[in-house]
Amino acid sequence: MQYTKIQLKDHLRETRLFSSRVIVAGAVVVLLLIILIARMIYLQVLSHEHYTTLSQNNRVSIVSVPPPRGLIFDRNGKVLAENLPSFTLELIPEKIKDIDATLEGLQAIIDISESNIKRFRKALKRNRAFKSLPLKFRLDEEEVARLSVRQHQFTGVDIKAELMRHYPYESLGVHALGYVGRINEKELKGLTTDYVGTTYIGKTGIERYYEEELHGSVGFRKIESNARGRILRVLENQPPVPGKNIYLTLDADVQAAAEAGLKDRRGAVVALDPQTGEVLALASMPRFDPNPFVNGIEYKAYRELADSIDRPLFNRAIRGGYPPGSTMKPFVGLAGLEYDVVHGATKIACKGWFQLPNSEHKYRDWKREGHGLMTLEGAIRESCDVFFYEMSLELGIDHIYEFNNEFGFGRRSGIDLPGETAGILPSRAWKRRVKNESWYFGETLITAIGQGFNVTSPLQLAYATGIFANYGLKIRPHLAYAMQEPNSDTLNYFEPEVLGIVPVVKKGNWDYMALSMKRVVHSNRGTARRIGKNAKYQMAGKTGTAQVYGIKQDEKYDKENLEDRLRDHALFVSYAPFKNPRIAVAVIVENGESGGGVAAPIARKVMDAYLLPKMNKGKKVKGK
Amino acid sequence: MAQSRLSAGLENTTQPGSSGFLRNLHIDWPLMTGLIALSIMGLIVLYSASGENWSTVSRQMIWMSIAFLVMFFIAQIPPRSIQFWTPWVFGGGVLLLLGVLFFGEVSKGAQRWLNLGLFRVQPSEIMKFACPMMVAWYMAEKPLPPSTGRVLIALLILAVPVALIARQPDLGTSILVASAGIFVLLLTGISWFLIGGFAVLVAAAAPVVWFFYMHDYQRQRVLTFLNPESDPLGSGYHIIQSKIAIGSGGLYGKGWLNGTQSQLDFLPERSTDFIFAVFAEEFGLVGVLVLLSLYLYIVIRGLVIAHQAQGTFARLLAGSLVLTFMVYIVVNIGMVSGLLPVVGVPLPLVSYGGTSMVTLMIAFGILMSIQTHRKLLTS
Repeated sequence: MQYTKIQLKDHLRETRLFSSRVIVAGAVVVLLLIILIARMIYLQVLSHEHYTTLSQNNRVSIVSVPPPRGLIFDRNGKVLAENLPSFTLELIPEKIKDIDATLEGLQAIIDISESNIKRFRKALKRNRAFKSLPLKFRLDEEEVARLSVRQHQFTGVDIKAELMRHYPYESLGVHALGYVGRINEKELKGLTTDYVGTTYIGKTGIERYYEEELHGSVGFRKIESNARGRILRVLENQPPVPGKNIYLTLDADVQAAAEAGLKDRRGAVVALDPQTGEVLALASMPRFDPNPFVNGIEYKAYRELADSIDRPLFNRAIRGGYPPGSTMKPFVGLAGLEYDVVHGATKIACKGWFQLPNSEHKYRDWKREGHGLMTLEGAIRESCDVFFYEMSLELGIDHIYEFNNEFGFGRRSGIDLPGETAGILPSRAWKRRVKNESWYFGETLITAIGQGFNVTSPLQLAYATGIFANYGLKIRPHLAYAMQEPNSDTLNYFEPEVLGIVPVVKKGNWDYMALSMKRVVHSNRGTARRIGKNAKYQMAGKTGTAQVYGIKQDEKYDKENLEDRLRDHALFVSYAPFKNPRIAVAVIVENGESGGGVAAPIARKVMDAYLLPKMNKGKKVKGK
Repeated sequence: MAQSRLSAGLENTTQPGSSGFLRNLHIDWPLMTGLIALSIMGLIVLYSASGENWSTVSRQMIWMSIAFLVMFFIAQIPPRSIQFWTPWVFGGGVLLLLGVLFFGEVSKGAQRWLNLGLFRVQPSEIMKFACPMMVAWYMAEKPLPPSTGRVLIALLILAVPVALIARQPDLGTSILVASAGIFVLLLTGISWFLIGGFAVLVAAAAPVVWFFYMHDYQRQRVLTFLNPESDPLGSGYHIIQSKIAIGSGGLYGKGWLNGTQSQLDFLPERSTDFIFAVFAEEFGLVGVLVLLSLYLYIVIRGLVIAHQAQGTFARLLAGSLVLTFMVYIVVNIGMVSGLLPVVGVPLPLVSYGGTSMVTLMIAFGILMSIQTHRKLLTS
């Protein structure tokens, strides 16, 4: 090292070199600052609007406030559907020091299932600590009471009340009323109005048909929240508009009488006021309790209902299709009078069967030995088939079709319920369209006694009977009685909607047929004479039985060998009081066999339930 | 104040310490003025960024006082003494870094702190000034420009602490430390040819570093930087939210305490590394320009000090410290505004945090020492 040349520092050169480097460094500093400023101008001036939008979206969010659903009452103001507070046990994790200890403590007070705890722990991981998390839904009153007493021991444990749809009468009138359930994806797509925040939607019945009115409109709150989602303040508040209350034309007592009448049989009853179209009862049995459906029925329970051979979920009253059987006869008979095919005095001999010319086939009467000489009145009273076979030949299928069409057969009545069936009123055109075949004479015969291709719903039968009771005035059957705006006491009643009038020229024809129907009930030989006894009012009616399957030629109708579900359906249509009718009833009892013996007594109970209280009331008023 | 600054400016050309009380304090008043203005601005922003939390602001004020005191004491030490103690400071720093490697405390997945019983230290902070001191010390031994061999040795000296800090891992600090050392070399006047060659070498080494020396989270940061929207709720969240904060500030800002991004917690790390976004949101482009002007003023004053410095060591060290200060600003603002990947570099004198502020003020103390201990040259 000692030989190394000692380098002398050249101060001047170093200084110059350093100065030049400092100048370069200064230039680089300025350049970097220019880049930063350019970036700021890009972000703060050129993209300002874009980032302002993003910043707004960050902090402002809109929270929907669901409206309380409108209530449903019967015509007398009995609550059929209400909103009850449902209690949920909720925990706010950030307020709880020891979650495990709290859970244990709660389990000691009320029963909390393992699956609930599992779900809660899952939610615990996924949510912010200040968010209230549900531990158990639908607490019963005892559980609420037990928790309330000890609530001071548990900070961060809350009992939250939510409005939940409840049907106090449970299964009563369920097929008319319907029920609500949680909105599913398909329904969500079909919605036209705002449902954000709403949990429930009408699934069937009135709840579905008047969904818009019952739902009301969703309110919203514009809120400012921070990055963790905690709400800081409300910027704007638009309260929801509650749904309208609906009063139904149903009378809970009449409805109960109808369902009690059917008891554990399968069948349907429809009762309506012929003068207004108000449906007083719409029963389909068996029935089911709609309450479990509100928050999602358990799969097993649902399958039990859906797979049941008795089909409790099926609304027989408006969707069921049955052959009307002899209940069709008053309408066909009236057609015979109106088209001058028969007169009041026309007599036809009934020997128990009827044969078309040049045919071996015997069209049987239900009475094997025959009814003897029959007028139209007698044929109605005793339900003679042969009279109608012979009359229908001259009347022809076209007249039968045209005339019955006026009574609403084969078309939807337009009742305010979803899913109504149109039924079938056969005609030449119908057969050509559906079966691509021409019409046969024999088919006219069985059409005239309500068999064959005829398919009607209980509602259609009640509606047609109502038109009959009205001497032809057609009024649309309906279930909505009145609507009540939220926070208002006044009821807006629905006006009856007159659809037209059946073109019967001679009033005498109505009188004749009505009298014939009265004798079905109020005469010694009437098929429903049993229900006429002890009646406090007079009524008109017609029994019917409908074959579930055709009985082969010359085969004896053997009750014993027939399985229960292959037995004939029992039908009965009627109206009362005879003068100034206020109620028309159609009853169908599946496999009930006897219209007069099984179906008619149910109709009587229904009419009693509606008419007797009114009559008593009238008497009391008179007495005073 | 204006008068004192004016007089201080005049003093620069005269012999320091010859007259006046202010001169005996060894404080460079133009620089001091800039630093005080910046500190006040920093406290105002911090009050907003901390959610109007007085305890945070007062803690920062305490740290600030400590930092200014440290600066004041450092300024009293003549550059010659600093130069004398340099190898000891550097050696001690490396030992402490090794101590971190073997006995360091782990927090947030990195090993950066060393517990010395009485207090905890972060040796990487010491290296922020110890490294440029050491390289300057080494370079000042022989006339400039240095030979290629000496440059390589200087790079080796630098590589030891940088590697140790990068291992902790602390990418931000290792970049600052490395650049501080490299700035010394650039200022020695090494040929541009050598600089170019070095740049090529770094570019070639980049893929090697990427595949063999980078941690997953560091790679993730770079990837996120290239496309923050790829992970909007994860690692891209910081950048997206801070860009929203800056962009929505606009020309004049949303007003002090009114930045929704900051006040409603959308902005992460808002009182530390991302405090610039709070500032830009609430004071807008106009405020940003004022802040940058203040920084530019301090940097230019620092470069003037470096230019006027006497002796190779002082000159190189002053220049390097000023340029490193500039790196702080560019890297921090660059990362907050999405120009650079997210590396933990605070915004000088504005970000909340005591340690880095003390380190920073030590550097300014050295600058003041260099400026105020000059002897009048007769040339």
